[in-house]
This record gives sequence, structure tokens and C-alpha cells, in this order.
Amino acid sequence: MSREFGELILDLQNVSLAFGGVKALTDISFDVREHEIRAIIGPNGAGKSSMLNVINGVYRPQQGEIILRGQHFTRMNPYKAACAGISRTFQNIALFKGMSVIDNLMTGRNLKIRSNLLQQAFWWGPARREELAHRARVEEVIDFLEIQHIRKTPVGRLPYGLQKRVDLGRALAMEPSILLLDEPMAGMNVEEKQDMCRFILDVNDQFGTTIVLIEHDMGVVMDISDRVVVLDYGRKIGDGVPDAVRTNPEVISAYLGASH
Amino acid sequence: MGFFIETLIGGLMAGMLYSLVALGFVLIFKASGVFNFAQGAMVLFAALAMARFSAWVPEWLGVDSRLLANGIAFVLSGALMFAVAWLIERLVLRHLVNQDGATLLMATLGIAYVLEGVGSSIFGSDIYKIDVGMPKEPVMILEESIEGGLLINREDFVAALIAALLVSLLWLFFQKTATGRALRAVADDHQAAQSIGIPLNRIWVIVWCVAGLVALVAGIIWGSKLGVQFSLATVALRALPVVILGGLTSIPGAIIGGLIIGVGEKLSEVYLGPFIGGGIEIWFAYQLALVFLLFRPQGLFGEKIIDRV
Ligand SMILES: Nc1ncnc2c1ncn2[C@@H]1O[C@H](COP(=O)(O)OP(=O)(O)OP(=O)(O)O)[C@@H](O)[C@H]1O
Ligand SMILES: [Mg+2]
Repeated sequence: MSREFGELILDLQNVSLAFGGVKALTDISFDVREHEIRAIIGPNGAGKSSMLNVINGVYRPQQGEIILRGQHFTRMNPYKAACAGISRTFQNIALFKGMSVIDNLMTGRNLKIRSNLLQQAFWWGPARREELAHRARVEEVIDFLEIQHIRKTPVGRLPYGLQKRVDLGRALAMEPSILLLDEPMAGMNVEEKQDMCRFILDVNDQFGTTIVLIEHDMGVVMDISDRVVVLDYGRKIGDGVPDAVRTNPEVISAYLGASH
Repeated sequence: MGFFIETLIGGLMAGMLYSLVALGFVLIFKASGVFNFAQGAMVLFAALAMARFSAWVPEWLGVDSRLLANGIAFVLSGALMFAVAWLIERLVLRHLVNQDGATLLMATLGIAYVLEGVGSSIFGSDIYKIDVGMPKEPVMILEESIEGGLLINREDFVAALIAALLVSLLWLFFQKTATGRALRAVADDHQAAQSIGIPLNRIWVIVWCVAGLVALVAGIIWGSKLGVQFSLATVALRALPVVILGGLTSIPGAIIGGLIIGVGEKLSEVYLGPFIGGGIEIWFAYQLALVFLLFRPQGLFGEKIIDRV
């Protein structure tokens, strides 16, 4: 696969993150270009999720900088990241369990809602029309992900594979420019994985969304990503197009040595 | 039989108010993990504001109408409670993000003392009256179908009606508006809510405002019945056993818990009182809560064991 990439949209420079004595990330630099699918791989505990968490500010690195569209951040936080167009899914699905699929997706529209609390409370006409407009956008996401049949179901009752899909839906409802996906296909069967791959490629293609993806399934990663970064024990040991990474001796030994 | 039903209804009506106050409590707990010990002080503070404003407004404006005076006093007290909510978020909560439950609990104890102190220095510390025209005469209903009829306390009835109305309105607000949805999202998962762009700080201000409004309404109702005095805070603190019973994280639990405590208090007072002495009403709620803490610490409807307190 060879495609044209856009500008540098996200750039991490010399990021280090530790939890007490545990070094989750050590001096990591990596960049993401507009419109690409950028994969992060590595054995368990390599620091992949930590990396996503640093990007959207869930974790604050002790060192390093995040440069987002030319703007420098030493302290990112999840709210700021969301405002800047970064949305994400979580490894251990963090949906709002008690709420229906539609409501979960509607929360993704929160930043786009203009009416204020009073206007909503009094069921003011324009506030209501705005709500309907957002609802229409959410229905589009529902159609896109082919989850029409479960739109009213409380997400806590859905099987794991569908929850993963709703999680993606909530992130998409934000209309992000950068989408961070933490193992979107973990625990899925082959068919579900194929669907998920298709959705990811379609999002990237149709909406031009830049995607940062953590995935364990090598077949999938090599198939759909444009560039791959490899972590091991919090260090970067490889970075490049899939073919280059596949033949990188350090990467091969990390994977052969790791129990997974 | 008639007497039993009378007691039962009396209990339900009293319980509705506990439900209301407990709701404010649960909202704060769900949205921010704060075990709000200041709920009682908020009720007292709101009642004091209402009592004093409704006395001062006629002096300030030279109006005579009680309705107008009460109306203006209500708006002023409401605005004051919102200001308090905003200040609490600004000065306290914002600086304690991610602290553990015990720290937050201590902080609310502090808030309670500050509210009581500031309340009595602004508004004075005598016993004040609130007169919003609650009906005082009891009425007899169902005289045909039940022997001796049922004597209903109209004041309690109106109070219960107002409380039920407010609970329903709040419920509608949470279910039907975008802000309500954001609030439910925060209650479910803080991290995820923030990551999709829901500002926690704003949600906190909103739940404290709701708790303030609830405190004001409860304060007015209890204040007009019992007089505005220090002991109002203790009456309102009965929301604590209510939420322990209902479950700290459950809104239906708060409502049903309130009703159970209300009914339990009245029935035990009437039917157990003669055997073990009066005054059961005062400690009944705590006793029941204690039993629950021992055998079912998550309450009737709560999701998990209380590990934050
Ligand atoms: N919140 C945290 N507190 C303490 N240690 C953490 C925390 N989050 C991650 N770590 C540690 O940081 C290291 C990297 O964890 P991380 O979750 O980033 O790995 P990962 O590559 O996503 O692994 P997996 O494939 O299992 O998801 C691990 O040693 C982990 O125990
Ligand atoms: Mg991970």
C-alpha cells in the first residue's frame, strides 16, 4: 500500500512516563501524519496504552512534549484533547453502562451542543431542534456501524463485540480529526474483526480521519496500517512502514522472546 | 385499621422530603464521589436565607404583599445557593480532584461549619419563621369508605406533593436534556466522560446547584413547619441513613429509601413507642442504617461496597 500522507499533525518528543519505579515509557519520540493509519504494537506491558493515554492527557508524562498541529503542550488533559479533535476508545471499554446505545453516542456530541442549560431545561424550541439535529448525526453513525437493531439497548447488556463497536461509535459521534483506538479488535472472532477492519478503513477513507491504533493481531496490523511503531519495555525499538518493521531484527527478537 | 393507614400515609409524606434531600446527596456522590456531610448545613443555610429575606424584602422595597415578598425571597435565596455551589467548586472541589474519599469527606465537614458560621453571622442565630402560607388545618377524608375516616395533615400533604413534583422535574431534566445526559455520563464513568469532552467542573457546579435547590425547598418546608433553627440541620442529616439504606449510587434507592425511613419512623414511634419509650423517631433511621451497614453495606440498590468513605 502506498499513499500520500499529509502534514505532521501530532508529534511526541522525548516523552518519558513512570509510575513510581515502573518506567512505562522511556524517551519516546514518534509522529503521526494527517490521514494515515498509524499502528502501535508491542508485547504486553510494553507501554502502548500508556502512549495513547499520554496523547489525550489521561496520563501526564514526567518529560517530553506533545505538539498538536504546531501547538506545544507539556500538560494535556482529556477535556482539552477532546476540544482539539482527539477522540478515543478504551482497552477495557469505558462506555456508560446504564445508558442506551443512542444516549452513549449522543454524549459524544456534547462539545458540539450550543444551547445552554436553561434553554434545555425549559424545552426551548431552538434547543430542541438542535437536539434533533444531533440525533440525526448520531443516526448516521449508527447506520455506518450497522447497529440499528440495538440502538435502544442499554450497553451493559450487549455482548463484548458489540460494545466495542458502540465504543467506536461514541468516538465517531465526536467527528474527530484524530481517532485513538486501543485494541479495537481484542476478544473478537474472525468475522467481527473483519467488520471492525472495514469500519476503520472506511472512517479513514471517507472522513479523512487520522487513526492511531493499538493492535495485537499482526495480520491485521500489517494489512491496514501505513506506518508502525514498535514498543518493548517502554522503549521504541522500531518505526516505519510494515515491511521494514517486519524484517527489523530487534522487533523479531522482542516478539520471539515475549510470551504472547 | 384507619389509624394504621393514617400513620402509614403520614410516614410516606414525611419520607418524601427525606427522598428529596437524599436525591441531592446521591447526585453529588455519583458525579464527584464526594460524601457530602454539608447537606444538612445547606438546608439550614437555605432556610435561614429564606426566612430573613422574606422579612427584609418588605422593609427594603416597602411592599406589603406576602406573596411578592416570599417570591422575591425565594429567588434571592436560590441565587445565593447557586453562588454557594459555585464557590464550593471554585474554592474547594477544584483543588481536591483525585483525592481520596476521606479527604473529600473532611472537606465537606469543613464546608458545613463554614456554612453554619457564615449563615449565623449574616442572618443571625435566633429562631425565625417562614410563612409561605402552608395550610395548617388537617382534613378528614374517605369518611364513607373507612370507619372513622382518615385524618390527613394538609401541611404534610402539600409538602409531599411539592417534593414529589420536584423529584419528577429533576428526573425529567436528567432523562430528557443534553445536560442531564452529560451528568449521567459523568456519574457512570468520569474518565470516559472527560475524554469525550464533558467538563467535570461544570457538572460539579450543576449537581451542587441542584443540591442547593433541593436544600432550599426542603428548608422552606421544614422551616415553615418546625421554625428555622439550628436543629434543622440535624433533621436534614437524616438523608444520610436514607442513602445508606437506598445505596449511595442509586437515585431510585434514594427515593425508596426516603419513603421507607419515613414510614419506619412513624410506625415504630406509634407501635413500638409504648413498649420501649418514645423518641424512637429520632434514632430509628440511624439504627436501620446501622443494620444495613452490617448486613448489606451497598444498600438496597447500590452497585458496590462503599469503599470511598
Ligand atoms: N495507572 C497505572 N499505574 C501504575 N502502573 C501502570 C499504570 N498504567 C500502566 N502501568 C504500567 O506501565 C506499564 C505499561 O503499561 P501499558 O498498559 O501501557 O501496556 P500495554 O502495552 O498497553 O500492555 P497491554 O498489551 O497489556 O495492554 C506496565 O508495566 C503497567 O503495569
Ligand atoms: Mg494496553
